[in-house]
Amino acid sequence: MTNIKRDKKPSDPCGVVQSSTDDGAKTDGVVIDCKIDELYYGTFKAVRDTAVPVNRNKITAFIGPSGCGKSTVLRCINRMNDLVRGFRFKGHVHFRGKDIYHPSVDPVAVRRYIGMVFQQPNPFAMSIYNNVAFGLRLNRYRGSVRDKVEEALTRAVLWEEVKDKLNKSGLSLSGGQQQRLCIARAIATQPEVLLMDEPASALDPIATMKVEELIRQLRRDYTIIIVTHNMQQASRVSDKTAFLYLGRLIEFNDTDQLFTRPREKQTEDYISGRFG
Amino acid sequence: MTDPSGGTQISQPPTRFQQVVDVVFRRLCHGFAWLSVLLVAFIVLKIATAAAPALRQQGLGFLTGTTWDPNTGQFGILPEIWGTVFTSCLALMIGTAFGVAAAIFLSEGFLAQFVFRTLKVAGLEFHPFFGKLPDQVQAFLKNLIELLAAIPSVVYGLWGLFVIIPLIRPMCNWLNLKLGWVPFFGTTLTGPGVLPAVIVLSIMILPTITAISRDALVSVPAKLRMAAYGMGATRWETILAVILPTAARGIVGAVILAFGRALGETMALAMLVGNANRISLSLFSPANSLAALLANNFPEAAKKDVAVLMYAALVLLAITLFVNIIGSVILERASSGLEGRR
Repeated sequence: MTNIKRDKKPSDPCGVVQSSTDDGAKTDGVVIDCKIDELYYGTFKAVRDTAVPVNRNKITAFIGPSGCGKSTVLRCINRMNDLVRGFRFKGHVHFRGKDIYHPSVDPVAVRRYIGMVFQQPNPFAMSIYNNVAFGLRLNRYRGSVRDKVEEALTRAVLWEEVKDKLNKSGLSLSGGQQQRLCIARAIATQPEVLLMDEPASALDPIATMKVEELIRQLRRDYTIIIVTHNMQQASRVSDKTAFLYLGRLIEFNDTDQLFTRPREKQTEDYISGRFG
Repeated sequence: MTDPSGGTQISQPPTRFQQVVDVVFRRLCHGFAWLSVLLVAFIVLKIATAAAPALRQQGLGFLTGTTWDPNTGQFGILPEIWGTVFTSCLALMIGTAFGVAAAIFLSEGFLAQFVFRTLKVAGLEFHPFFGKLPDQVQAFLKNLIELLAAIPSVVYGLWGLFVIIPLIRPMCNWLNLKLGWVPFFGTTLTGPGVLPAVIVLSIMILPTITAISRDALVSVPAKLRMAAYGMGATRWETILAVILPTAARGIVGAVILAFGRALGETMALAMLVGNANRISLSLFSPANSLAALLANNFPEAAKKDVAVLMYAALVLLAITLFVNIIGSVILERASSGLEGRR
């Protein structure tokens, strides 16, 4: 199991915002070093002893059966779990050389640098244009919002389909289009890392193919972490794969290695469909 | 249907009884729905017929006249129309501001979180008894606000007369003294008047606005909240930019319903508004409302005056219907685009 230890104490009291962008590149291209010792929801211990280093411009996939804690680990990385009452966390998540769980770090700031795409397409009840412009306005973007919206929609391979109806509601689109709209919304602010929580599981096969194609293209500019219960999807899109089972990391390796020569018995059983 | 397998099969077509129950149920629902529609038509028709003599005699001058004198047969309800709309609009502004704020407070679980954090300090947040406290306190507060709707309006009237008026009178008269040139503070408050009526009215419509708005806010899908938080929106930005617009339909519905209630509120207004035929912008001046006019005049109404009162009732009915229809139209226009139906 690869495990890069970087027990650097957070030095910048201002939080993640002020550090320079090339900080992660210094340490073997690891952008996010996530180490969870114990994670509780209320009195339920959801995840333990899980460490996943995430490399820059790579796609890292989390796989495992339902309830294994893969989404929980993902939600740790942009502090979405903070919204769950009774959430407790022991461990660290280093991003840009700082622990995002340091008391001085504002979770809202973390989420502006680490974007997220959800399982269910969730466009806002506003126009397509305003959906994509949402993050730009939050970040008080001073340039041309229109250009950025077009850029994001183009990158999300949605521009051609919606360029004539930007003022229509985002909810008027089909499920697959809505999910690509959500991806456009997430990448419009150019976050460094993109978290994707089963982004294609609510979509039909053709829409799934389009979203997967899009994810592969986005790798050039983004570091992507994707949760999926679809092993074929993980093997198709990802560079590295982490297998979680019963709230614990079982194996983390290069995707082709993990799928062809799994080191652990449980991994082999899972990928060969013997359980889960 | 005969059983093809010949053996014991569980599946069977609906029995005659099940079919009859189904048809009867459907017919009953149809019947009751039409009955309520007919009832509304019947009420409007009856009031219109009873008002017909006055309509012929008074004409549209009734709506612009400012004196109400049964002795000389002079009837005009402009001050009452003004008083009704003025008090209702003011009460609606206050009630909406407080009601929506309370609805946000209740739906976003601010109180539950506060209680949870307090418990956490004491280390009791997962205690079998105290662990349930945050949600219980939240539910208690919600019920408490809804309880405001259960207070009879005559009690509100009494409370306004003997608590609110003495309470606000010094402040009102001070405002009149210092800022008397502002039209709203143009007179002194001697007793019943617009402001006490508005205050009590806004408290009366508060539970309506809060309860319906809360339901609308709670029903905003959690995934939209998560989307906004996931973009790095603060709590305030999430509420203002995503949750409120998504719930706007329900909130506007609540406001329209509350406006209807304010327009028609009778007892508290009759006790608090002052029953003076006067058109004034001053918040401290006594005024009148259509509902209060009806309540005060029906006991000693002579035969021919009944038609006049029915005319006034028809006007009140028209105002409420108009507000409801306009509100629904605005609502439909505003929300259909956002929800992807256009």
